[in-house]
Amino acid sequence: MTQLTLDQLEIGSIAVVRRLNAGGAIRDRLMDMGLLPGTLVLAEFRSPLGDPVAYRIRGALIALRRSQAREVEIDLSEGARE
Amino acid sequence: MTAQTVKLCETCPAYDASALKRLGVKVGAANYVVALAGNPNTGKSTIFNALTGLRQHVGNWPGKTVARAEGGYDFNDRQYKLIDLPGTYSLLSTSVDEEIARDFILFGKPDVTIVVVDSTRLERNLNLTLQILEITDRVVVALNLIDEAQRHGIQVDARHLSRRLGVPVIPMAARRLQGIPELLQAVEQVAKGLYTTRPHRVHQFGAKLERALNGLIAQIEQEYPGLPNARWVALRLLDADASIEQAIRDHRLGELNRDIEAASTEKAAPAEVVA
Repeated sequence: MTQLTLDQLEIGSIAVVRRLNAGGAIRDRLMDMGLLPGTLVLAEFRSPLGDPVAYRIRGALIALRRSQAREVEIDLSEGARE
Repeated sequence: MTAQTVKLCETCPAYDASALKRLGVKVGAANYVVALAGNPNTGKSTIFNALTGLRQHVGNWPGKTVARAEGGYDFNDRQYKLIDLPGTYSLLSTSVDEEIARDFILFGKPDVTIVVVDSTRLERNLNLTLQILEITDRVVVALNLIDEAQRHGIQVDARHLSRRLGVPVIPMAARRLQGIPELLQAVEQVAKGLYTTRPHRVHQFGAKLERALNGLIAQIEQEYPGLPNARWVALRLLDADASIEQAIRDHRLGELNRDIEAASTEKAAPAEVVA
């Protein structure tokens, strides 16, 4: 099975961050936004053109481009609540 | 009656609030330089205006303060120069306004840094707080928007937070001027060294990394004598931070330090403590 990444998370679903594949400034930025391994993420809504997507992360709503979300490996969390 | 009222109130916060004189932009020789840092949209400018009497534009959106604004106040016969910095999520950030904030906190040598945090999003705000505690121990945390947190059913144990962070934590609702007298007192105590902070530090490095760091620090200090926070710069270099690498290559790092120092030269020598 291939590893799920955040860009594949369906709207309304919750996942747990497993790992960040981004490097350098983007990695720093994602971590500053609170996106760390173990963090719960809810895909809240998609922008009209489908990219970016708004994610609920530690109580804040953050928009990520698909290219950024693709760098975040996730595990689906069944029945998890934000 | 008035005499008695004053006497009764000598120790209460309201008394201290009356010791505040808002100086607006008229800050000549200040005794202390105080920086206002924090995530975007946490109320830094609201606190700035409450203390200085200025009307720095306040708006409920992030990214409003793009350059730093300066003002002053007088509290208990000491002059404080207050620097309102653009909001930043992190000291590792790269956008221009965030760099202004980062550079001032790192190289501007403020006597006290007030970190304004949003009580409703405390977890996210503590990232910057901990980063600032890594580089300076003269910090006061302003736990702002406490009224909004309460409305959301969030209770923050400010005392416990203060013990864990090792610095004063002042619950505030700056819009309603709640907590301003307590903030003034805390800043005064940290500025004068009356409050001994014990900043919480996350990092504990192994011997190998420490050796690498010390080597770099020695080189940085040779190239930039008197640069504050050479250790932080060395850590960023080991982390391959391109903007810091470039700043060192262009010799901008030193300039930055000089610029900021020139900007705060009007600062008088700290007044002697009368024993």
